[in-house]
Amino acid sequence: MTLDPEPLPKTTSIQLFKSLFLARRSEEYIVKHYPENLMRTPMHMSMGQEFVSVGVCAALEGKADVFASYRSHAAFLAQTHDTDLFFSELYGRSSGTGEGKGGSMHLASPGQGHILSSGVVATQIPVAVGAGFANMRLGTGRTAVVFFGDGAADAGVFWESLNVAALYRLPVMFVCEDNGYAVDTPREARQVPASLTEAVKAFVCDSYEDDSGDVESVYRLARGAVEKAHRERRPAFLNVKCCRYLEHVGTGDDWHWGYRDKAAVEREWISRDALLQQRVRLASLQMSESAIVAVEDEIDRAIRASVAKASQAPIPGPERLYAGVFHEKA
Amino acid sequence: MRKLDYAGAIREAMAQEMERDPRVFVYGIGVPTWSSIFGTTKGLTEQFGPERCFDTPICEDTMTGFGLGAAIRGLRPIHVHIRVDFMILATNQLLNMVSNYIYSTGGKLKVPLVVRAVVGRGWGQGAQHSKSLFSNFTHIPGLKVIAPTTASDVKGMLTAAIRDDNPVICFEHRWLYWAEEEVPEEPYEVPLGVGRILRPGRDVTVVGLSWMNVEARLAADILYKRGVSVEIVDPRTLAPLDEDLIVESVKRTGRCIVADCDWVESGFSAELAARISEKCFGRLKAPVKRIGFAHTPCPTVRELENEFYPNARTIVRGIEEMLGLEAANLDGEDFFSHERRFRGPF
Ligand SMILES: Cc1ncc(C[n+]2csc(CCOP(=O)(O)OP(=O)(O)O)c2C)c(N)n1
Repeated sequence: MTLDPEPLPKTTSIQLFKSLFLARRSEEYIVKHYPENLMRTPMHMSMGQEFVSVGVCAALEGKADVFASYRSHAAFLAQTHDTDLFFSELYGRSSGTGEGKGGSMHLASPGQGHILSSGVVATQIPVAVGAGFANMRLGTGRTAVVFFGDGAADAGVFWESLNVAALYRLPVMFVCEDNGYAVDTPREARQVPASLTEAVKAFVCDSYEDDSGDVESVYRLARGAVEKAHRERRPAFLNVKCCRYLEHVGTGDDWHWGYRDKAAVEREWISRDALLQQRVRLASLQMSESAIVAVEDEIDRAIRASVAKASQAPIPGPERLYAGVFHEKA
Repeated sequence: MRKLDYAGAIREAMAQEMERDPRVFVYGIGVPTWSSIFGTTKGLTEQFGPERCFDTPICEDTMTGFGLGAAIRGLRPIHVHIRVDFMILATNQLLNMVSNYIYSTGGKLKVPLVVRAVVGRGWGQGAQHSKSLFSNFTHIPGLKVIAPTTASDVKGMLTAAIRDDNPVICFEHRWLYWAEEEVPEEPYEVPLGVGRILRPGRDVTVVGLSWMNVEARLAADILYKRGVSVEIVDPRTLAPLDEDLIVESVKRTGRCIVADCDWVESGFSAELAARISEKCFGRLKAPVKRIGFAHTPCPTVRELENEFYPNARTIVRGIEEMLGLEAANLDGEDFFSHERRFRGPF
């Protein structure tokens, strides 16, 4: 039996709720507006798994260099909280993170610590290791954090990156958002080790697993892991079990694909949805329903304003096509 | 001025830049070992410490991503591949990540990454230690590609590459490492994207790439004795290309042979020939001719390897044909043989 951990400060619980709600509500707006065909970029939705990046980014308190896959909406918002930039990029506007040239799969705002997102599976992983090396050499005190799916752990580059990070003693955080599937292929059909968490232990790193589905659990885990990683100068692997609610790419569901059972997913995951859990927790911390609703309304208004702003923002002119292939001096 | 060979010039460029800028570091398989990439990284670990000159596991894809990550978080990496063939494992990162990061983030960011890759040849390098593959990389927007021929060029161009805020791939032909030249001791830049006339001439332009400029010079000497004046243009930078220099030269001479150090099919020579044909159409007295490797994997056995690679003789014959000259007897000519310098093993 484990003892209940010390409760987190109430402000932290509220922050985590806000961050979860920001990601969830932003994606709800994407679902709503996607059919208008103004956001013409392949959406890989985070919905259901937001608590992983929300918990980790909060734990790093702004000192993360985040590297993400194409499924990066939640990580981007958890790290930057910048819905203006986010929606501008999705709408393909000059005011976006890459003036629309990146889109949903290439969200990046290095000034805010979201360094890159990448659409080729696992490619972001070694880049995070290099960032970890730069942070070590330059003494920035920052931590490179890389998010990827369990499918990326099929790839050699994942194991190579672990090896290099351990070899060079870099405190890089490898965070696997383990939703159990690569598109519709289950992990068991792709990987031999019964447990990724165990397999990773062969590398000199700390390997953790979390199947709580709870943002506070991930937050605690990440705080401990990052502290230890820096202290011991070695990488950490966090395998966080989660569930993607929507289809692999696009904004609809995929129950009709038949590879997973809707009732089981509802029972095992949606019924204990991380955002709902956190909302219940706030209530149990004596936060009134009206206070919670006020928090939600404020975030909702901010997102709506960002969506409106983005949909009105200028589209890059044809002269921008050839611009920025190479670095443009300021 | 003091003389230095091409390998020494590379080493000097890196050492001077590492001295000047503590963010510069060099890494790759075998970089700090005794053989030190043909001496090009010799002593750098001793001089700058193991954090700035180090060996890596054999995982080129990962170590290229590593370079990108270091570059976008404040360092200036130089990644070395002892063969172009091994850099193929890095192409996922180079083509999917390194080349498009600046563009997809709106042009504001910097990727100061240099990748050096050695073109192997001779003593039976065979099919997997002899590739150039220039056009695999010039095909990709967002990469700068250089292939310096002379010692003074490689020092200045590598220096410029290290100081550049964009990714640069530097192709170094293994046989050029012996080429000695007067090389200034102080650091200097030879700007990227600017070609060079290696030898002025009137009758025909040879656009040479990398080692083929050495062969072109030999060919030009031979033809000079027969009263044929050959102009040799070395683009030096393949991307972005100094098209004007080449076009001006061909407009003057009216004839052009592209001597590539690579396969002809879909090679960089095709790009050059197309551009020259387009820009010089009315001025050409003959179709642009291309010379390059035989379209086979590189054979190991010396006798077939001789057939595989073009050389000065191939260039002489090409020019004779273009000018309608009879084929001269070349028996007395002294053609380059690597056995003079190189008897293996690598
Ligand atoms: C190298 C590569 N191969 C194939 C694909 C096509 N693809 C895109 S996502 C995906 C599944 C990845 O699953 P996982 O890593 O678990 O991430 P998730 O989508 O579940 O977040 C595949 C096969 C790709 N983008 N890149």
